[in-house]
Formats: sequence, structure tokens, C-alpha cells
Amino acid sequence: MTEFLQQLINGLAFGSILALIALGYTMVYGILRFINFAHGDVFMIGAFAGFYLAPRVAALVPMPSILGGLIVMAGSMAICAILGILIERIAYRPLRRGTKLAVLITSIGVSLFLEYAGQKFFGAAPRRFPALIPSYSIENIGGLSVSSNQIIVLGVTLALLIVLRFIVQKTKIGTAMRALSFNPEAASLMGINTDVVISFTFGLGSALAAAGGILFAILYPAIDPLMGIMPGLKAFCAAVLGGIGNLPGAALGGVIIGTVEIFVAGSKYSTYRDAIAFAILILILLVKPSGLLGKKDIEKV
Amino acid sequence: MIFNRPKSLLLAAIALCFVVSLFENHIQSYWLYVSYDIAVNIILAVSLNLINGYTGQFSLGHAGFMAVGGYTAAVISNQFSGSNPVLAAAIFLAALIAGGLLAAAGGLLVGLPTLRLRGDYLAIVTLGFGEIIRVIIQNMDAIGGARGYSVIHGWTNFFWAFGIAAVTIYVVVALVHSTYGRGFIAVHDDEIAASAVGINPTKYKVTAFVIGAFFAGIAGGLYAHSKQYLTPDGFGFMKSIEIVVMVILGGMGNTPGVVLAAILLTLLPEGLRTLGDVEHVPGISAEYPLGWIANTRMIIYSLLLIVLMLTRPQGLFTRQSARKNPKIA
Repeated sequence: MTEFLQQLINGLAFGSILALIALGYTMVYGILRFINFAHGDVFMIGAFAGFYLAPRVAALVPMPSILGGLIVMAGSMAICAILGILIERIAYRPLRRGTKLAVLITSIGVSLFLEYAGQKFFGAAPRRFPALIPSYSIENIGGLSVSSNQIIVLGVTLALLIVLRFIVQKTKIGTAMRALSFNPEAASLMGINTDVVISFTFGLGSALAAAGGILFAILYPAIDPLMGIMPGLKAFCAAVLGGIGNLPGAALGGVIIGTVEIFVAGSKYSTYRDAIAFAILILILLVKPSGLLGKKDIEKV
Repeated sequence: MIFNRPKSLLLAAIALCFVVSLFENHIQSYWLYVSYDIAVNIILAVSLNLINGYTGQFSLGHAGFMAVGGYTAAVISNQFSGSNPVLAAAIFLAALIAGGLLAAAGGLLVGLPTLRLRGDYLAIVTLGFGEIIRVIIQNMDAIGGARGYSVIHGWTNFFWAFGIAAVTIYVVVALVHSTYGRGFIAVHDDEIAASAVGINPTKYKVTAFVIGAFFAGIAGGLYAHSKQYLTPDGFGFMKSIEIVVMVILGGMGNTPGVVLAAILLTLLPEGLRTLGDVEHVPGISAEYPLGWIANTRMIIYSLLLIVLMLTRPQGLFTRQSARKNPKIA
């Protein structure tokens, strides 16, 4: 029982990071209906932005500290938001009227570019991520050991989810995002500037991925330019599991996949951990293709 | 076009491959191995083109089928130790076909979910299958697991590689041109209209997957006997992407274009390496101005990919841009 709870805590921490990445996939899919393969690499850039920002922030405020960690995270989110907007502007917008496949391949090209450029400029070997926040290990709460980092990961994720929900549900731009995902033509006829909304969506999704990257690096402090591939693919599985285009679904899917993966990693089948997200994905698509919380698409002839 | 007399062309191509293979000793081994890579990539791209191009499905798991075929063929051929060339050739052929058949069985397994899924979902499920195959191989100690698996015989030569590539091109082109094969294009163009005129889209989709996977498995066998070393990581998601890129740059459903794209995209990274490598340019010092190309060749490759997609989203070798339907080669 104790071990079960322990794994559950570890799984929730990992799953909440997947949830942050999955939100970016699902938002972009909801509006543009394409899989942004470069999203996992934006997550990687987020971690590296934190890596390079940390020493500079340390010169201003004492590190590791909560304030320092927050500054680094905010900086990294801003950098990735700009990166996401740039990627959309340069690589995806010219193809918006083209086929979905062309955009998909372009996003793969962007993904490769970020990975190879990362290997060139950051180095291919794993780097040690600096401690951003003071870390404690809280032992023996009923036999459980919880690190302060795990609590921070869960807390920050929860806070970001609340902020995101507020933005999407209560603000004007959030309403525009929802309108656009419902019907792009009608939205633009109602005077919504679709370009601005799409840029905003990419910025928002990339900022969340950057936050995920920083949190990931806090939990597992070895970062390398290819670190985004697997979490990116798993987060996409999570987005589909929850019902792609559905924000609470993406968060739920991320937590489920992350938790199940940690349980598998803790069992004797640990070497199969990288396959589990895909197995869940295939199962859900066979049983309920629209995902857990997704609405069924009616096909029109 | 050039496929007007396909059968005689096929025989001529195979004969030509055989003649060239007799002169293999006179070709620099580097270029020989690059040419095997080209042939393997042609087989992969042309067979994927049947699934992604002609039938309009989107598979991102072709490397998984290649892995199944490669490992199967290698396991079979490793049992053989003799020097009889005829027997070796027979065993090689049998190993390749066995690999292809097992991969085809995998294709059937993946094809079944396509009954329900389309578009992006299908892409991600095939990607998932590819990854699952890779992880399973990683966990199979009998074939080396993550450490990799040595293949004893380097049987792949110019004749086998390009002969099979020619057969693949012939089969795919002849199939799509046959009365039966028009169904693939019908499924691509309009699934509902196709089923309204009595074509069973499910059957065609599964058939496309099975045939595509079969040739991918054979390509895997050729690859195994040319590199003589297999690692599960060599068959990852990136390899599948590489093949998809060949199909898309060549133009979906445009076999000559896909063949050209497979050749170009195999040569491009090699060419960028050669261009940037001082070793290949004798008499020039380390300050050779193109030296940076070797370091940044993969960055150049990815940038080229983006630029090509932005400027020619319909593929490099497809003439009309407005045309939605695949052109029949």
C-alpha cells in the first residue's frame, strides 16, 4: 500500500508535466487541426533556456530560492512563447491554406531543426541542470518519502492550469480561441483576427511547454537536446487519450499516462515503459476514438 | 510514359543490376554502400507510397515493419554457415521473403485499426506501433536486445539491392494500374463514393498496409545484410519520418518522383558530409572553408526540408500544384 501511494505521488508529478505539454498539442490541434511535432522540442528549448538563464539570475537574486526559480521559469516561458510565435509565423502560416500533410512535414522539419541546432549549440552530451529552488526531502509521512520538488511540480502545474482555464474561459482572447476552434470561417466573419488568435495560441502553448521543461529539469536534472522527443510523443498520446482539442481532457490524459508509466517503470516490466503510452493510445482509439472527454465528430458527406 | 512496357523494362532492369554487380569490385566500397542505402530507401519509399500516396492513409510506422523484416531475415541467415554460393543465394532469398511475410503479418495487425481511424489518428497509431515494435526488440535478449545484433553474412550486393528495388517499383506500379488497383485511388479520392460503387475501403486499406509492410520487411532484410549490424534505435521514429519525407517530397502517389526523392535524400546528407570533409579534398588544410558543412549538415538538411515544404508543398516532382488527386505514374 505504501509503495502504491509512493508510486502514485511519483506518477502524478511526472504526469502533470506531460499534462502541461499535452495542453499545447491540444490547443493547436483544436484550432488548426494539425499535430505540431515541434512542440516536444519547444519543451526542450524551455529547459535549456532555464539552464542558461539560471547563472544570470543567480547574479541578481540568491539562488536556489523560490523567487529565483520563478524568475527563471518566467523568463524561459517568455523565450519559448516568442519562439512558438516565430515558428508559427515563419513555418506554418504560409501553409495554412495548403494540405494538412504539408504542415505536418514542415513541423517535423522544425522539430529536426531544433534538435540538430540544439546538438550543435548546446552540445549533444547531457548537461546538469542547476538547482533552481531549495530542495528538501520529506520522509516518513506514513512511510512515504516526498520531495519538495514533487510538491512544487504539482503546485505549479495546478496554478498554471487554473490560469489557463481563466484565460480560455473568461478573457476576450480566450473566447476568440474557443470561437476559432468551433468554426474558423464564422469566427473571422464575426470580426475575430484569426492571425492574432493563432499566434496567441502558439505563444500560450509554448509557454506551458517551457514551464513543463523547467519542471521536468527540476525533477530529473539531466538535460540534452533530444530530451523532448519521447515526452513530446507521450504528451501527444495524452492529448488524444483525453480527447484532442479538449483542455481538461489533455490534463487528465497527461496525468493518467504519466501515472501508469511510472507504475510500469516501478514493476518488473520497467524496460517496457516507453511503449506503455502508445499501448494506452492504441487501446483508447480502438474502444473510443474520440478520447475520454472528446465529442464525437459527425462525418458529413 | 516509361512504364509503357513494364514487364520487359523490369527484366532489363534486373539484367542490368546483375551486370553491374559483376563489376562491384571496381566500385569504391563507400559508394557501393551508399548505393545499397539508396536501393533500400527506394524500396521503403515506394512501398510507403502505396499506403500514404495512392491509398491516402498516413502511416508513420514504416521503420517498425523494416525492423521486423530485418531481424527476421538476420536470424534466419545467421543459422547458415557454408560457402556454397547457390545455396547462400537461396537462403538469402528465403530469409528476405520470410522477413517480408512476418512484416506483412505486422501490417495486417496495424491495418486492422485502420478500419476505424483516419488521418492524424492513424498517423499517431502507426507511430505508436512502430515504437512498440522497437521497445519489444529492445527487450528480446535472444536477438541482442538494446545492445544490437550482429549479422554474419554481408550478402547484400548490387544485384539483390537494385533487383528487388526494381521488383518493388514494378509491383506497386502494376498493382495501381490494374483494375483491382484503381480501388486504392478510389479510396484515396473519396471513401464514401468508393463504397457507394461497391469498393470495400477497409479491404483496400488493409491490403495496402500488408503489401507496403511486406516490401518494408524485405528492405529491412537487405539493410541487415548490408550493414551486418542491427540496433533497435536504428528503426526508431526518425527512420519512419525519413521515409515519409521521401514520399512527400517525391509527390504523393507519384512513383518516379518518389524514387528520385529517395535517391536525392540519401545522397544529400552524404554529399553534405563529403563537401565538408577535409579528408575527401586532398591537399587542403584544416582551414578548408567548407569544413563547417560537415558539422552543420543535419541542420542544413532540416532547413532544406522546411524551405522545400514552404515552396513546393505538392512535392518536388509533381507538376500541377492545384491538382488534389494523386497523379498516376
